[in-house]
Amino acid sequence: MSQSKSASIMDSRILVPAVGAAFTKLNPRTLARNPVMFVVATVSVLTTILFVRDLVTGGDDLAFSFQINLWLWFTVLFANFAEAVAEGRGKAQADSLRKTRTEAQAKLLTGNDRTVYKMVPGTSLKVNDIVIVEAGDIIPSDGEVIEGVASVNEAAITGESAPVIRESGGDRSAVTGGTQVLSDWIRVRITAAAGSTFLDRMISLVEGAERQKTPNEIALNILLAGMTLIFVLATATIPSFAAYAGGSIPIIVLVALFVTLIPTTIGALLSAIGIAGMDRLVRFNVLAMSGRAVEAAGDVDTLLLDKTGTITLGNRQATEFRPVRGVTAEQLADAAQLASLADETPEGRSIVVLAKEKYAIRARDMQSLQASFIPFTAQTRMSGVDFDGSQIRKGAVDAVLSYVGSGALPVAGTTAAVSFNQSEAVRELQAITEEIAKAGGTPLAVARDGRLLGVIQLKDIVKGGIRERFAELRRMGIRTVMITGDNPMTAAAIAAEAGVDDFLAQATPENKLSLIREEQAKGKLVAMCGDGTNDAPALAQADVGVAMNTGTVAAREAGNMVDLDSDPTKLIEIVEIGKQLLMTRGALTTFSIANDIAKYFAIIPAMFLAFYPQLGVLNVMGLATPQSAILSAIIFNALIIIALIPLSLKGVKYRAIGAGALLSRNLLIYGLGGIIVPFIGIKAIDMAITAIGLA
Amino acid sequence: MTLNGWLQILVFCGILIALVKPLGGYMTRVFSGERTFLSPVLVPIERGLYALAGTNEREEQHWTAYAFALLMFNLLGVFVLYALMRLQAGLPYNPAGMAAVPPELSFNTAVSFVTNTNWQNYGGESTMSYLTQMAGLSVQNFVSAATGIAIAVAFIRAFSRASGKAIGNFWVDMTRATLYLLLPLCIVLTLVYVWLGVPQTLGPYVEATTLEGAKQTIALGPVASQLAIKMLGTNGGGFFNANSAHPFENPDAISNLIQMVSIFSIGAALTNVFGRMVGNQRQGWAILATMGVLFIAGVIVTYWAETAGNPLMHAFGLEGGNMEGKEVRFGITLSSLFAVITTAASCGAVNAMHGSFTALGGLIPLINMQLGEVIVGGVGAGFYGILLFIIVAVFVAGLMVGRTPEYLGKKIEAKEMKMAVLAILCLPLAMLVFVAIASVLSSAVASVGTAGPHGFSEILYAYTSAAANNGSAFGGLTGNTPWYNVTLGIGMLIGRFLVIVPALAIAGSLAAKKTVPASAGTFPTDGPLFVGLLAGTILIVGGLTFMPALALGPVVEHLVMIAGQTF
Repeated sequence: MSQSKSASIMDSRILVPAVGAAFTKLNPRTLARNPVMFVVATVSVLTTILFVRDLVTGGDDLAFSFQINLWLWFTVLFANFAEAVAEGRGKAQADSLRKTRTEAQAKLLTGNDRTVYKMVPGTSLKVNDIVIVEAGDIIPSDGEVIEGVASVNEAAITGESAPVIRESGGDRSAVTGGTQVLSDWIRVRITAAAGSTFLDRMISLVEGAERQKTPNEIALNILLAGMTLIFVLATATIPSFAAYAGGSIPIIVLVALFVTLIPTTIGALLSAIGIAGMDRLVRFNVLAMSGRAVEAAGDVDTLLLDKTGTITLGNRQATEFRPVRGVTAEQLADAAQLASLADETPEGRSIVVLAKEKYAIRARDMQSLQASFIPFTAQTRMSGVDFDGSQIRKGAVDAVLSYVGSGALPVAGTTAAVSFNQSEAVRELQAITEEIAKAGGTPLAVARDGRLLGVIQLKDIVKGGIRERFAELRRMGIRTVMITGDNPMTAAAIAAEAGVDDFLAQATPENKLSLIREEQAKGKLVAMCGDGTNDAPALAQADVGVAMNTGTVAAREAGNMVDLDSDPTKLIEIVEIGKQLLMTRGALTTFSIANDIAKYFAIIPAMFLAFYPQLGVLNVMGLATPQSAILSAIIFNALIIIALIPLSLKGVKYRAIGAGALLSRNLLIYGLGGIIVPFIGIKAIDMAITAIGLA
Repeated sequence: MTLNGWLQILVFCGILIALVKPLGGYMTRVFSGERTFLSPVLVPIERGLYALAGTNEREEQHWTAYAFALLMFNLLGVFVLYALMRLQAGLPYNPAGMAAVPPELSFNTAVSFVTNTNWQNYGGESTMSYLTQMAGLSVQNFVSAATGIAIAVAFIRAFSRASGKAIGNFWVDMTRATLYLLLPLCIVLTLVYVWLGVPQTLGPYVEATTLEGAKQTIALGPVASQLAIKMLGTNGGGFFNANSAHPFENPDAISNLIQMVSIFSIGAALTNVFGRMVGNQRQGWAILATMGVLFIAGVIVTYWAETAGNPLMHAFGLEGGNMEGKEVRFGITLSSLFAVITTAASCGAVNAMHGSFTALGGLIPLINMQLGEVIVGGVGAGFYGILLFIIVAVFVAGLMVGRTPEYLGKKIEAKEMKMAVLAILCLPLAMLVFVAIASVLSSAVASVGTAGPHGFSEILYAYTSAAANNGSAFGGLTGNTPWYNVTLGIGMLIGRFLVIVPALAIAGSLAAKKTVPASAGTFPTDGPLFVGLLAGTILIVGGLTFMPALALGPVVEHLVMIAGQTF
């Protein structure tokens, strides 16, 4: 299900079944979902009955009314076809998903021992059942790892073949039914009953089976239904106007005028546009739990982005050793490297790398040094190493200072001079610290045996090109807010470097939530992404909450979208897709309504020509005969649906050029174009059908 | 078309534009309950009225309560007016001894004046007593105008407040519109008209002996006072049958200019009130500019068509424009301008006979009304009318910039769309359906005065004028028949109240919404792009519906005339 696998519009595997589906969708109950096309189908039935009656009783112009009837039905079928094509693309994806959903057997644990289980079918599992999944097993349903760690192949869901680690506790505890454990074992608490798993939901989403009309779509449908009613009045009153003038209008002509005037183009393509919008998200490996969320994405005013991983490269890197006076950089690097040898965090590793690059300090074997590693804890906020009776500590500056100040290890022979030097060193260290923080770095203080050595400067590396993306977002009218646990000074520096509009420093789940509420109170729509359980309240509060697929079950439940690639920068694409969806609807509505002008010019002179030949002046297109004029208009009206299917599936491209410029551009293309194109199209069709003698 | 003619049109536009800001500022203060220079005099009166009626000035109403109060008030107006006309023979101030008005005509007239239409199926000087004119018709001239203004103000409030439950108090808005705005202006205007020679008397009609010795009855009455409100409140119901073509109702060019300006003044100033209340006057100017573009386009066509005249006449050596049905005092320019103003603004007062205009010249008044009287429009009605179109325009355009459509920070959603469509749907319903029935009903066709497409235009114009609450007549059609009295009355009711209720529903829903702050993603609604968009929407959504009817009326009449046939 990677992006490249998306089906092309011209794929015959989609087009052929869509032709069949166009006919099965003639079912009145299916048609009733779409008011405009339902009306077209209804009048088509009526005119067909009239045609059959005329056929039996022998009416005039049978060939003409047969052709009009034919094109009326084509109009309905083309609309059904458009919807079927859009659905077909989703169906192809759903089928490939279904193949991966094999009937898994589950090892339901019956006792505490993980070897005591009974085999049950995966579909019989209930929420809160505990199962054991071992290497080679398919995870039977969605769940949360409560014990163990395993590598899991999630290619079925994400299309990504590299295995991922799933483990109990922390933010990587969610497992998805249908994925396969490759190594080790995990004990899983089931969180979804059969039929409502992530995979099930995904299948029904891409198939469009669960598609509900979105708020804007409902409003648009009301407008279209209203326009249809207005044109009912406009055409139904014509016969008596004509009667006053002493003429009469055949019903088939009135129906032709009516169907060409009502917004059939947008009416026919509306659901295809909606389905295609969801589909586009799916191809970006994002699952929207509702169409409402996709629409809301287009409206987002404020984007909350986590600093780490989104704005900056995942991890901070050591960039410099800054010793205090009396200590050489090599000494500091040496101590820092020793303290970091056993530190498996990316920061720790980057210290080792920097020491090697700058001062050629090689890695040493911890065991031969008989060193014991002191791991980082949230209480001490330091890590370090004890060896040879000597203690090295590195950590948050205030933590190290209090460690030094408390005299954790009174060193023999400490003199007053030394402690004087020490307080001198503290001042110097604080100066360096402040300097680093102002530049957006993170300082790590290093002390050896109670003596301050200096500071390691860690820096966030802002992702390349991110600044431009924020500038683009600003042009789209979206404010970006960086969320970080850093102190305000560091946060401000990174915010400035990355070009975000605002930042929230020292973020906690609570102040994240209150930031969202604050923005919403100002009437803004907020989008954010998150993965941890503590993000869940904020994800639920945000208007668009994108949960990372790697995240916890709680996060995935709280968000209204799931990003299968767990790439937080994707929020930007999600916003664009939401905008595209709305724009396509607006553009085609404008086009559809603007078309009416040309259709009036085609049909009105033709319709009244018999009793007011002077109205022939209005035949500005110079259409051959009244019949060819009416026929051309209805053919154009039907064919334009087919012609616009690709656009409705692909969507109108969003450009971040400011709303005013975007509007004038689209008004020019779809408004003015919508006025001009049918004049040309109807004329061309008229010439063609006259040439082949259809009218 | 002459330079002099264009200068006169320019002077009119100049005066109007100059009036917008001061009048808008004054109205904003009035409807926000702030102090104005008239407060020392009027506040005690206003308080007294509230005390008398038991209204709490500070208590605001939910839109349903607002609408209910409005409907009840207007219903009462219809009953009182109907009763006055039926009973006028036995009531005082009837020096000419007018008899009771027949039931259908009374219904038609009562509805007509309550709905601010002032369609007149009667001649004032030969039907109505002074009491009916003053205590009935003039009163409704005031309160129907005040009703329109109140709705517009309530609608404006909906945009200017966030998360509010109420949209104002109907009684307070009504009282203020009448007391602070209409009455003071009318007193001034009445005096000006009197100074210009318009009669204002309660005395009986004057008997005069003409040069050839014949007796002539010269109708008089309290004309100036009714004239003032007839124009200012875009009512249009003339004291005399000839309306503003009558020398006593429109003596000269100055009175003509004052009348034209007063028709547009409050409607135009409301755009400024809107701008001020939403905190950006440019928003108001953009709406006025849209109205202006459509107005000028109409003036150009009518002025051109009337100046061009009838080629068939030219063939006989009768050069010059079309002067048929026009007062020589006003000529082609001022008659054309007046016709476009009065139909754009839902006023319906006339200083020339629209039915005598050339086919294309008469087409513009028809289109003006069919667009829903949104080109400045009736006082208040034009403003809430154009807001309905704005909702549709902004909805489609908003989608095109990739956001849920919003206007001034208020999201336009399904509920607003439903109500806007409902209101927009009323006009073609009331206009086209009745025309369709009337044009095949023999008793209705019998009223038509002219053959051919012109006769069709007469029917079309009558129902269009009624549903648009304009009130001007095309002439030629005998409207005082039971069929026309009743159906035109129904048309007026549909055109007025089936628009007002959805409009208030939208106001209620918008007031309750949060205001989304504008960003680079919101498209500006105060620039030329918006003006073009709105004008296009009004023409396409409002106009397309009437293409077939117009083609069979004025358009074909014009084409047939070119071909050498007249009716």
